[in-house]
Amino acid sequence: MSTKPEPTSDVNIEITKHRSEGPWRIALRRLLRQRSGIAGMIILGFLLFAAIFAPVIAPYDPNEVLIGKEPVKKRAKPCIHLLGCPEDQPQHIMGIDGNVRDEFSRIIYGARISLRVGFLTIGFAIIVGTILGTIAGYAGGWVSNVIMRVLDVLLAFPFLLLAIAIVAVLGPGLINAMLAIAIINIPVYARVSRASVLAVKEDEYVTAARAIGASPTRIITQHILPNSIPPLIVLATLGIGTAILETAALSFLGLGAQPPDPEWGAMLASERNQVFSAPHLVFFPGLAIMLTVLGFNLLGDGLRDALDPRVRID
Amino acid sequence: MLKYTIRRILSSLPVLFGVLVVTFTLARVIPGDPCKAMLGEKATQEVCDRFMEEKGLNDPIPQQFAAYLKDLARGDLGTSIRFRRPITQILVERLPTTIELGFAGLFLASLIGIPLGIISALRHNSPIDLATMVGANIGVSMPVFWLGLMLAYVFALVLKDTPLWLPPSGRLTAGVVSVPFYEVWGWVADGEEAPRLLQFIANHYIFNSFITGQWDVLKDAIRHLILPSVALATIPMAVIARMTRSSMLQVTNMDYVRTARAKGLRESAVVMRHAFRNALLPIVTIIGLQLGILFSGAILTETIFSLAGVGRSLFEAITARDFPIIQGFTVVIAIGYIIVNLIVDLSYGFLDPRIRLD
Repeated sequence: MSTKPEPTSDVNIEITKHRSEGPWRIALRRLLRQRSGIAGMIILGFLLFAAIFAPVIAPYDPNEVLIGKEPVKKRAKPCIHLLGCPEDQPQHIMGIDGNVRDEFSRIIYGARISLRVGFLTIGFAIIVGTILGTIAGYAGGWVSNVIMRVLDVLLAFPFLLLAIAIVAVLGPGLINAMLAIAIINIPVYARVSRASVLAVKEDEYVTAARAIGASPTRIITQHILPNSIPPLIVLATLGIGTAILETAALSFLGLGAQPPDPEWGAMLASERNQVFSAPHLVFFPGLAIMLTVLGFNLLGDGLRDALDPRVRID
Repeated sequence: MLKYTIRRILSSLPVLFGVLVVTFTLARVIPGDPCKAMLGEKATQEVCDRFMEEKGLNDPIPQQFAAYLKDLARGDLGTSIRFRRPITQILVERLPTTIELGFAGLFLASLIGIPLGIISALRHNSPIDLATMVGANIGVSMPVFWLGLMLAYVFALVLKDTPLWLPPSGRLTAGVVSVPFYEVWGWVADGEEAPRLLQFIANHYIFNSFITGQWDVLKDAIRHLILPSVALATIPMAVIARMTRSSMLQVTNMDYVRTARAKGLRESAVVMRHAFRNALLPIVTIIGLQLGILFSGAILTETIFSLAGVGRSLFEAITARDFPIIQGFTVVIAIGYIIVNLIVDLSYGFLDPRIRLD
């Protein structure tokens, strides 16, 4: 992340050598030189691996109750053979939960839920937000005023409060919690896309496109939107982490994922009153949430620097 | 200045009105029968009809909204369906908890976040800088509810019987009473009820025990507030540290900072008077923006540490369909929001004389 000045001659060589490289490859190359970007990609790589290969990695089914199948007790502490747990006992590296299920298997399967939550909520927010923001920016006038004032009202609420209220209307459940989090994230993306539209709307290439008779839809999709993609990618990456955190908070309050789903926030909530007797059942789900969010935040930071031509990376 | 303030207040009225409409609508569309929710599943149709009639819940929606606005203008927030008590009275009891928690959280976040950000910027790319930025990244990724529970586990259980032990729930130890200042000073006769404003002020236990010199109560109240405010402060602290660092990095390369150094000023004067003062604007903005995060965090923190504050009450009211509380509390919070944003906007003029507000 340091910004040492490069000798100018090197820069020239770079440019001639990589003339054929597209902007995305340049961005990727810049990203790979970033500590935070790499750290984020490693964390998310593990997460993705866990989510895809959950049935292979997890030793048990996440909802399998082990009563009568193994000599384990409810909320038993972690038993790891390498760390001196007797070999004759079954290995449960994160212990046993309150319903006598293997905590590690549930955490692994939880990665699937969290990734789905992150991508779907932010995907929804981006699509709706970009459409609204682009319309507001391109149309201007009262259309813009109405759209942006309505979104201002959404921003005037503390996010969790609004999310709780929306879930209260829709009814508790993971899908509704995701919808609530998606809705409260719309204003951010609408503002950013509106700002990018405003920034390029009067540029010559847009005027030129208009002059040769391109339709507004074509101008927006071909000329304006591509410009707003880099800031949206950065925001979305950071947003996915936050969305996972917010959805987990809703699940923690009992409004999101419902038992027996192995969702990290819900797992933590169901054992929160046992934190003094079985801290591992609170510790591991929370750690999983934190690492996931951290991964997205680090990658987002790295992407921001990689996609911003003003930041020099060497 | 006055003109700007008035214009700024007027411009927030539409948003406030929007908030009122949204809250009112949400409270009405939350599914479930308020009568069954309050009087129990066994309430007969007849009892329910009378209940709905009494509460005005059978009137047409626009009429209910008009009645609601009229009461609001008079400062009447209505009566809780669940507690059968005026909302203002409930606020008098619960808002101080949240205010103390929020202030403590923000104070802690700024107290640690700003110096960390300054040091990181001054020692750019040093191990301290790296550690702060890694810590800040972890901080913003931290689930508040998880941190709260782990803090409670460590400080209330693991460190039990050590001087570091801290209580995991409540505002005061059972048996400890914070005597309101108006009783200590004999403003209100025994057995008489004090005006709500005085009660509201006295319910800020830390403030009340401080001005009346009840040191044991003060100590107890602070000890109870430490864990919740640390949990609450983590995310804002990380955000503030990051913003301070990048803002300081920007100004330390400015000519006037170099000039200040060149004319032989002490480093502390260069940093505080020339660099930090100019870096303050974005920092103040970001601190103002933390209010939303703080309140969202307060809902979770109050739930974990069994604090009867506004955040938890509101969450409970939403699940119990207590419309008057949902409406009343939300309005108060939204107004608080608007006021804080106003203060942040007005402070720009003081922080940066180049910004003229009128």
